[in-house]
Amino acid sequence: MQKMAKKYYIFFTLPTVIAFVISFLIPFILGIYLSFTKFTTVTNSQWVGISNYIHAFTDDRNFLNAIIFTAKFALVSVVLINVFAFTLALLLTRTIKGTNIFRTVFFMPNLIGGIVLGYIWQLIINGILINFGVDITFSGTYGFWGLVVLMNWQMVGYMMIIYIAGIQGISSELIEAAEIDGANRWQILRSITIPLVMPAVTICTFLTVTNSFKLFDQNLALTAGAPARTSSMIALDIFNTFYGSMGYEGVGQAKAVMFFLVVASIVLLQLRYSRSKETEI
Amino acid sequence: MTKKLFLLLSVLLITASFITACTTTDTAAPADTGSQAAAADTGSDTTTSGGEVYYLNFKPEVSEIYDAIAKAYKEETGVTLKVVTAASGTYEQTLKSEIAKSDAPVLFQINGPRGYANWADYCADLKDTELYQHLSDKSLAVTVGDGVYGIPYVVEGYGIIYNNAIMEKYFALDGALATSMAEINNFQTLKAVVEDMTAKKDALGIKGVFSSTSLKPGEDWRWQTHLANVPIFYEIRDNNLDIKDAEAFRETKFQYSDNFRNIFDLYINNSTVEPTLLGSKSVDDSMAEFALGQSAMVQNGNWAWGQISGVDGNVVLAEDVKFLPIYTGMPGEEKQSISVGTENFFAINSQASPEKQKLAADFIYWLYSSDTGKAFVTNDLKFIAPFDTFTEEEKPTDPLAKSLLSYMANTDLYNVAWDFVVFPSQTFKDNFGAALLQYAQGTMQWDEVKQLMIDQWKVEANK
Repeated sequence: MQKMAKKYYIFFTLPTVIAFVISFLIPFILGIYLSFTKFTTVTNSQWVGISNYIHAFTDDRNFLNAIIFTAKFALVSVVLINVFAFTLALLLTRTIKGTNIFRTVFFMPNLIGGIVLGYIWQLIINGILINFGVDITFSGTYGFWGLVVLMNWQMVGYMMIIYIAGIQGISSELIEAAEIDGANRWQILRSITIPLVMPAVTICTFLTVTNSFKLFDQNLALTAGAPARTSSMIALDIFNTFYGSMGYEGVGQAKAVMFFLVVASIVLLQLRYSRSKETEI
Repeated sequence: MTKKLFLLLSVLLITASFITACTTTDTAAPADTGSQAAAADTGSDTTTSGGEVYYLNFKPEVSEIYDAIAKAYKEETGVTLKVVTAASGTYEQTLKSEIAKSDAPVLFQINGPRGYANWADYCADLKDTELYQHLSDKSLAVTVGDGVYGIPYVVEGYGIIYNNAIMEKYFALDGALATSMAEINNFQTLKAVVEDMTAKKDALGIKGVFSSTSLKPGEDWRWQTHLANVPIFYEIRDNNLDIKDAEAFRETKFQYSDNFRNIFDLYINNSTVEPTLLGSKSVDDSMAEFALGQSAMVQNGNWAWGQISGVDGNVVLAEDVKFLPIYTGMPGEEKQSISVGTENFFAINSQASPEKQKLAADFIYWLYSSDTGKAFVTNDLKFIAPFDTFTEEEKPTDPLAKSLLSYMANTDLYNVAWDFVVFPSQTFKDNFGAALLQYAQGTMQWDEVKQLMIDQWKVEANK
């Protein structure tokens, strides 16, 4: 049987390989090529060298501002989401009544699409801000914190489930042994639980970092960059560049390639760092 | 042996399902544009010959009507009409992705000379089409040299829509500053009346004179495009510029920015909501306020009647809805009319096969000349068609269209042409709209708004 599987593996992997090539590899390479061209439609392009990359930075400060805004946002939301998710996971792995209901409730926001969430939170936030005679478009800072709240609300539940799985995977013998040795709760948490859920931390930080950088729907629905693009994140800025003025598709594409490089390098660094913290027993 | 056979069969099954999955995603075309683009692939049997016309529709409000048109056209001629509608504000991006496909739209639309400049590679010369021969006013078409690249298919108009019932109520009050709408024929009177109405809004039972000035990103076209057209129209008129001369519009002076500010201030300060809250208001909110009688006036065009009459619990009577020109305090504006023009031009994809181009040309001619087609245009699409195939009777009868037609018939007034077709790009409009929002919120001074408008124009027009 194993021999046969070896013989036919190509047939079984082929569909996935073809799908991967068609829907990922070809567009990716085409995308990189297009970032060096001037084009309106993808089938009709002229080579212009690196001028698109120069335009991305020299025309206006939108792209730089978006990078700074996104970096700040990613930092804040990665920390907050993971802290909240881990705390919830700790609470919900205790024997409290109704843990399952709580887990479901916290997980639910994740099932709602980003655009819908954006509009819902826009209503909620505007409902509060109206008491002060303003709305979320009044300042980029409002948009920033609105996005942080929204992102937390959406992602905490998901990360919580991953942390719960991690915490439940810790053998109770270890904890018992520590308790017999006289460790208090804090010591158990610091010296046993946290080191042993490091694989979950790796996954959760990876997911939150990439999702924070790639955020688009929520950004579009909540503020759409208002006021004056000060709350516009990288993905939205790329979208606006691409569709905002004719002949600027290439610049949008160049921004997208740089965006990819930035996110890929940050994520690789992060993975390497948190992998090194993982412990084996 | 059986094991081998089983394996082989499963391999075949997987490959087969993969291939079918691939082909189905190919035909479900426009879902990937990120919009609610609705594919209306009409005509149940595509096997019968007769060909197909693929039309990328600009107007979401009439997408359902095109389903009916496609059905009728199929019955009469056997040609399948495939209509895909781009969601509001996403036409250019839908066109960009659709036109790159092998099954590209044959019939699409451009929005004037600037649209032509963007899509010149794809615009066929329509000089010899039958529809162009019937265009009443040939100067409306998009032309370059001898070539005709866009045929206007609808004439529209916008101005300040007012609810006459509320105005009459005001005129009946003691100390009203005017006694009829006829007296409001310049900015000074309009401003005086509006401000007086704001002071007496409780007696009039309204929340504000003007519906909210929707400045939410993507919902601000009534101001950054339509309202901005008025000062630009005067700038073009007073400098004798030719809107077909692209070089003349590398820059703008925005010399009548104060006039823009006049009317914009009036809108935001006499509105249903505080100026600082305008960043979350959409066009729908604005039209709903008007329909519910919370406001007396709203700036919009004749296409908005469907929106007004479609609001649940609307209290506005059809006979009370009329247009007022947008006065901005220009000298001689007593003779100014509302703004009538078009930004909708049919274009035919020159890169499609000649047979397909012919089918598309035949379709538009059918739509605007056959009895069935004309009935759709007048009664369902409610277009005021600029073709001589239409008689005087064949005009839409909704109140805003009627008001528009009466303005068009009034030869004493001069029209404010739709010169916004020369605005450089969507980015320009978005940035200008964003600046208007910041001005309304009080975080930007008017001089900065003016400067930003001039700078952005220059940047975008020279890209």
